[in-house]
Amino acid sequence: MSLTRRRHVTSGVMISLTYLAAVLATLPLLLILFHLLKKGASSISLDFFTNMPQPVGEPGGGMANAIVGTLILIGIACAVGLPLGIGGGLFLLENKGTRFANAVRFLSDVLNGLPSIVLGIFAWEFLVRPIGHFSALAGGIALGAMMIPLVTRTTEEMLSVVPNSLREAALALGYPRWRTSLSIVLRTALAGIVTGALVAIARIAGETAPLLFTAFGNQFWSTKIGEPIAALPLQIFTYAISPYAEWHSLAWAGALVLIGMVLIISIIARAVTRARFGGPVD
Amino acid sequence: MTELALREAPVSAAPSSAEVALITRGLSAFFGQTAAVKRVSMPFYANEVTAIIGPSGCGKSTLLRCLNRMHETIPIARVEGSVDLFGHPIYGNDVNPTAVRRNVGMVFQRPTPFPTLSIRKNVTAGLAGSAQRKLSPAEMSELTEGALQRSGLWDEVKDRLDESAMALSGGQQQRLCIARALATSPRVLLLDEPTASLDPLSTQIVEELVYHLRDAVTVVIVTHNMQQAARVSDRTAFLLAGELVETAPTKSLFTAPRDPRTEAYITGRFG
Repeated sequence: MSLTRRRHVTSGVMISLTYLAAVLATLPLLLILFHLLKKGASSISLDFFTNMPQPVGEPGGGMANAIVGTLILIGIACAVGLPLGIGGGLFLLENKGTRFANAVRFLSDVLNGLPSIVLGIFAWEFLVRPIGHFSALAGGIALGAMMIPLVTRTTEEMLSVVPNSLREAALALGYPRWRTSLSIVLRTALAGIVTGALVAIARIAGETAPLLFTAFGNQFWSTKIGEPIAALPLQIFTYAISPYAEWHSLAWAGALVLIGMVLIISIIARAVTRARFGGPVD
Repeated sequence: MTELALREAPVSAAPSSAEVALITRGLSAFFGQTAAVKRVSMPFYANEVTAIIGPSGCGKSTLLRCLNRMHETIPIARVEGSVDLFGHPIYGNDVNPTAVRRNVGMVFQRPTPFPTLSIRKNVTAGLAGSAQRKLSPAEMSELTEGALQRSGLWDEVKDRLDESAMALSGGQQQRLCIARALATSPRVLLLDEPTASLDPLSTQIVEELVYHLRDAVTVVIVTHNMQQAARVSDRTAFLLAGELVETAPTKSLFTAPRDPRTEAYITGRFG
C-alpha cells in the first residue's frame, strides 16, 4: 500500500470517527425529546394548562398551579439575581485588576460550581427554619442565588467588549464616571446582558433540588409568596415517583412543558443575540 | 473655580488677538515613572487654531489630553505643572474634572458615536448632564440643528435624525462627533488626529470645518500630517520626545524655523 493511499485511509477513518462522535453527542438530547413526545404528548391538552391536579382516577387533571408557580418562582429569582448579578458584573469591570475584584470573581466562580442542593439547604437554614414554614419566597431566593454568578460573569464579559473609546468619548463630554458606566457602557452592552440573563433563567427554570425544602410544592392553587408553592419540576418529581400509571404520563407531559418553556426562553435569547451581533457594532 | 465661573465669560465676544485661552506652565505628564510630556510651557490663543506636530510617540496626544484632564483617567497616569483656562487653573484642588471637560470638548482619532443612540440623541448626549436647567424640546432641536449646521452635516442627515448613528459613513460619524462636542458650547475644542482614519474627501471636509471653527471656538489640533497643520492652523508647536522644541505662527515655523531640529523634521529628514 502506497504512502499516499495509507494517508487517505487514515484520514477517512478519523473523519468517520469525528462524525460518529458528533452523532453520539447529540443522541441523548434527541432520545430525550423523542421519548418525551412519545410518552407525554398524549396527555397534553388545554386541560393540562388550565386544570388543577386531580386525585388518582379522576380524568382531566392538569398542572395549572405548577406552571404559574414556576413563573412566580422565576420572577422572584430574577428580582434577586438580576440586580445583584448585573451590579456585580459592573463592579468587576470598573475595578478590574484589584485584589478585591479578583476575590469576588473567584468566589463567584465557586458559587457557580456549588451543587444546587447545597443552595437549597442554605435557603432552608436561613429562610425556612427561622420563619417556621416553607415558602415561595425561600425557593425564589435559592434560585436567585444560583443566577447571581451566571449573570455576574456574562455581564462582566459583555461590558468588557464595549470599546474603551466609547467610555473616553463620554468622559470627554463631561459625563461623570457613574453616568458613563450606566448610560453609555451598560446601555451599549444591554442586549448581550439580556441574553445572559435569559440563559440564566433557562438554567434555573428546571432546577428541582433547591426547591425541595424551600418552595416545597403545593397540591392547591396558591400565588402567595409567603406560602408553599407548586413548581413544575417538583410536580414532575411527585408524579414520577408515584405508583400510578396516569400520574406517570402526566409527569411526562409536565417534563415536555418544562422543556418547551426552556426552549422558548432559549429561542428568545438567540433572537436577542442576533439583534445584538447582526446590528452595526463598533 | 465653579462651573458657572467657567461659563460666565462671553463666548461670542470679539477676541483681542492676544487673548490667551489656555496656557500651560511647566506641564509634565507621566505614565508610571515615564514622562511622556516634559515641562511644556506654551500659550494657546483664543479663536486661533493651534496645531501640535511631531513624530510618533513624541507626546502630542498626551499633551492634548492634559488640557481637558483626560490624561488622568488612565490608572497609572499623573500630571505635574499647571494649566489655566481663561485664567482659571484647571488642576486646582476644588476643580471638578467633569466641569473642565464640558468647557473643553474633545474629538478622537477614530469616530466614537454612541452606537445605541440615534443621530439626534448623539448630538445632544453632552447636554443632558451639563445643562443648568432642562431644555425644552424646541430649544433642544434648535441646538441640534445648530451643531449639525456648524459641523457641515445638517444637509446630509436632516431627514434621518432618528436613525442609528452607526448607519453614517466614517467621515460623517467624525463630523457627528464634532457636532456632539460643539453642542455643549465649549470654549476650547481639542482634536486628536481627527482625520487619521478618514478618506481624502472626508479629510478635506473636516479640514475646512476646522478652519472655520475658529470664529466661535479655540481649536487645538494634533496631527502627524505637516501639510494639514500648514493648511488649517494659525500657530504650530513642534514637540520632540516630550519636549516643546518651538512654537510660532504656522507660516514662520514652516518657512523659517528657529531650531535646527524643527528644520530637520519639517524637511523630512526624520520622523
